[in-house]
Amino acid sequence: MSNPDIYLTMDAVSKNFGRFTALAEVTFQARRGEFICVLGPSGCGKTTLLRVVAGLEKQTRGKVFIEGRDVSSLPVSSRNVGIVFQSYALFPNLTARQNIAYGLKSRSLSRQAIVKRVDELLDLVGLRGMGRKHPAKLSGGQQQRVALARAIAVSPDLLLLDEPLSALDAKVRVMLRGEIRQLQQRLGITTIMVTHDQEEALTMADRILVIDQGRLVQNGTPRQIYDKPATPFVAGFIGAMNFIEDARKIEKGLYDIGETHLSVSGENGTGRLPAGSRVTLAIRPEDVMLKRDPSVSNLLQTRVEAMEYRGSMFRIDLKRQVSEGTSFTITADVPAETVRRLGITPRSTLPIHLPVDRLRVYEAGKGS
Amino acid sequence: MPTTIADTTNLPSQTFWTTLDKELWIKRLLILLVCIWLLVVVVLPLFQLLSKSVADADGRFVGLAHYRTYFSTPSLSSSLFNSLLVSVLTTCISVSLGFLFAYGLTRTTIAGKGFFKAISMMPLFAPTLLNGIALVYLFGRKGLITLGFFGVLPGIEINLYGPVGIIIAEVLFTFPQAVLMLCIALGMTDARLYEAAESLGAGRVRTFFTVTLPSIRYGLISTVFVCFILAFTDFGAPKVVGGNYNILATDIYKQVIGQQNFAMGAVVSVVLLIPTVVAFIIDRIFQRKQVAMIAARSVPLTPRPHVVRDGLYAGYCALIGFLIVGFYLTAVYASLVKVWPYTLDLGFWHYQFSGTGGGGYAAFFNSIRMSLYSAVFGTAITFFAAYLIEKSRQMNSLRQMAYFLSILPLALPGLVIGLAYIFFFNALGWHVGGMFIPNPMNVLYASMGILVISNIVHFFSVSFLTATTALKQLDQEFETVSESMGVPFTKTFARVTVPVCIPAILEIGVYYFVNSMATVSAVIFLYSADIPLASVAVANMDDAGDVAPACAMSVLILLTNLAVRIGFGLLTRRLKARAQAWTGQ
Ligand SMILES: Nc1ncnc2c1ncn2[C@@H]1O[C@H](COP(=O)(O)OP(=O)(O)OP(=O)(O)O)[C@@H](O)[C@H]1O
Ligand SMILES: [Mg+2]
Repeated sequence: MSNPDIYLTMDAVSKNFGRFTALAEVTFQARRGEFICVLGPSGCGKTTLLRVVAGLEKQTRGKVFIEGRDVSSLPVSSRNVGIVFQSYALFPNLTARQNIAYGLKSRSLSRQAIVKRVDELLDLVGLRGMGRKHPAKLSGGQQQRVALARAIAVSPDLLLLDEPLSALDAKVRVMLRGEIRQLQQRLGITTIMVTHDQEEALTMADRILVIDQGRLVQNGTPRQIYDKPATPFVAGFIGAMNFIEDARKIEKGLYDIGETHLSVSGENGTGRLPAGSRVTLAIRPEDVMLKRDPSVSNLLQTRVEAMEYRGSMFRIDLKRQVSEGTSFTITADVPAETVRRLGITPRSTLPIHLPVDRLRVYEAGKGS
Repeated sequence: MPTTIADTTNLPSQTFWTTLDKELWIKRLLILLVCIWLLVVVVLPLFQLLSKSVADADGRFVGLAHYRTYFSTPSLSSSLFNSLLVSVLTTCISVSLGFLFAYGLTRTTIAGKGFFKAISMMPLFAPTLLNGIALVYLFGRKGLITLGFFGVLPGIEINLYGPVGIIIAEVLFTFPQAVLMLCIALGMTDARLYEAAESLGAGRVRTFFTVTLPSIRYGLISTVFVCFILAFTDFGAPKVVGGNYNILATDIYKQVIGQQNFAMGAVVSVVLLIPTVVAFIIDRIFQRKQVAMIAARSVPLTPRPHVVRDGLYAGYCALIGFLIVGFYLTAVYASLVKVWPYTLDLGFWHYQFSGTGGGGYAAFFNSIRMSLYSAVFGTAITFFAAYLIEKSRQMNSLRQMAYFLSILPLALPGLVIGLAYIFFFNALGWHVGGMFIPNPMNVLYASMGILVISNIVHFFSVSFLTATTALKQLDQEFETVSESMGVPFTKTFARVTVPVCIPAILEIGVYYFVNSMATVSAVIFLYSADIPLASVAVANMDDAGDVAPACAMSVLILLTNLAVRIGFGLLTRRLKARAQAWTGQ
């Protein structure tokens, strides 16, 4: 708790609305200057989490620490946070300048200091010369920047963003993504951003928290989340994933589906399962390789069921016969060039290779 | 370079650590104050009224004895039936006429919609006494139409004094409300439903019953209840044209002012209150459903031209407009005529109010003063209460109670408020468990203060709902944003909330002013001889047979209200133009 690197600590925080549990025992820490994305489906409790961090909502159980100090029962204005809401909540009757200066006025700053500070902030968010405009006269992206400038004007130690980009169109969104990230790094503000856009989370975050039904299901870097999803839910929520049900454990690192044996190196906690346990194997479509070399392991003969053209690549559904009457389907992403070179067509047979280190194992029937 | 922006400016942060807790407590205290205010001006007086209805002259509890007397005395209890009959008929006529009018304004392409709507709102600005008086000049024994325009045409006798007169006056009184509410209901329909019905081959009649009626049903039901309540509780018009036909509202007045029988006055008030509260509750239930319907996104309907239909509606709207304008012009004319119907010279004889009771211009200016106070204080209290109730996050149950108490006055007839206030403010104190608690409100009795408070309460609910609607349109996070930046909520209230809500605030102010000028029901029990009021003067002059000065005074009230309405309308338009910079239109 006294680690000086840690800015924020959430300790087993729960939030109930009546009998409904919006957050269940959420625990995590944010390092100083870290950019954390909170990712999850609609209604999973992301906004609630942010509001508890901000002090806008009081947790039912658990504690919140800022720099090791217990702030659990302190309200928002004692936590020194800057907040950007999804709706921006810009004051419509005030100009961009006045909006940005809003929080500065209540601190004992001189007039010139405020003007100077607002100028700096306008520059910082790339709105020089726009200060006299009212929010209604600014584009969505510009309004977003004003909201951001207003939030950081008071030099918060913690910046909270609730789906700041969701109201913008795709192009502006991608641009602002980069800008927000740069700004955050330059100022070194610890930031928590809520989003339900996985790409946003993967590209911007130092760390991602995946929430499902109020529970924190995984806390890791974007790479960890993508490459080693902790549960089938995370795997399915971020990117695409093939699930091969009804596999069986033979021994550590070796599984079978019908007659087919598959070696796996990336077992996550399933290593302790007894032999014979039912498991689900998983692999991402882009990790499915096309190989004809019979000497490699994890080689399967499959039949092309359907092909979907996606520009630079094809998404191909492959069917693997397990035994009489049972089969499973695997989807593979294959570069268009490879498809042309190999002359893959529907109903042709195709040998595929599932790399040992890209296969994931999940205990059957758990959390999908 | 901005790279170092975080540390170049050394902000004196966190000076608000302690002010924050203070803020929270201030807010709590204010919410509590709103509740106390509503308790004192709404609940306690009502309670006092109820307790009077079950006590004898010495204050001893007599149970339902007075109620038994009431219901076993046919001359009293027949009024309940009369009141119900008159208001039900009024409601039917008014809603039908209003529906056609609103339909013309929203679903056809007739010209001059704004003009017609403005004309139809006229009765809102007149004291209902004037409706009665104008009727007397039209259909009374020496009325314009009874005499066939002074012998030019054959005369028509309609037996004005009694139910006929009351119903005509009340239809006129409730018509603007019906039009307003039905215009909103008809304006909210989804055009796609009509396209779907048309594409499925549904005819006009079928479309009307399958699309139009269902989509406005909640608005229609609500209109019915509002018109019923208005007609059921109005006092002004029946007082003038009721004749010997007794209804509840005039009974209360007769019991209290005529016979000084306060207990029976209280009983009749409760009898008047019960159907009103029932209608109010049913209306609330339907309103909630209607709100849920608006929330859905819909495509607004733009009416297409249709020669025959549009012609018919234009004719109908013009006829109604002509009748309303003609009605009030008759009143204006009558107030200027020297001796109706014998000496038709025009002049301002009756505007001198010499030799008549009522207080003349002193009363008129008292009314203006009272209305100004009601407008200023009423608007401030209403808006602030609505703000606290709508925008705070503390003390949920207390805020819910405050909300309920804020819309409750909608169900309280002016006469009931007036009588309850006499009982409450006149009381020297109460014996509670052997202890005597003096009444601090007693000082207000017979003062300007009690008049203003009664007006504020009488017109609180509609104003409150207007304020709440305006506040709901502001982003829910404004308060949160300022809180997170350590800005006191009072500052955000003054710098953002109020400026953005200025049109609604002006609207509320005008509403308070206009209604305070015109109302007679609550204040007729509360005014004192040294503070005469214009509307009360109208009633008293009419009572004394000075119908022409009464008419003149009503016309003054009407003209004042129209002037205020138009003046503020222009002001609002100016402000809106100025606000264009930020509304983005
Ligand atoms: N004040 C409240 N009272 C009752 N229930 C609430 C309240 N606030 C949130 N909830 C419930 O808690 C759950 C989580 O809400 P939250 O707003 O945190 O979801 P979210 O993850 O932000 O969703 P979205 O992506 O749609 O914004 C929802 O089911 C919501 O209905
Ligand atoms: Mg949310």
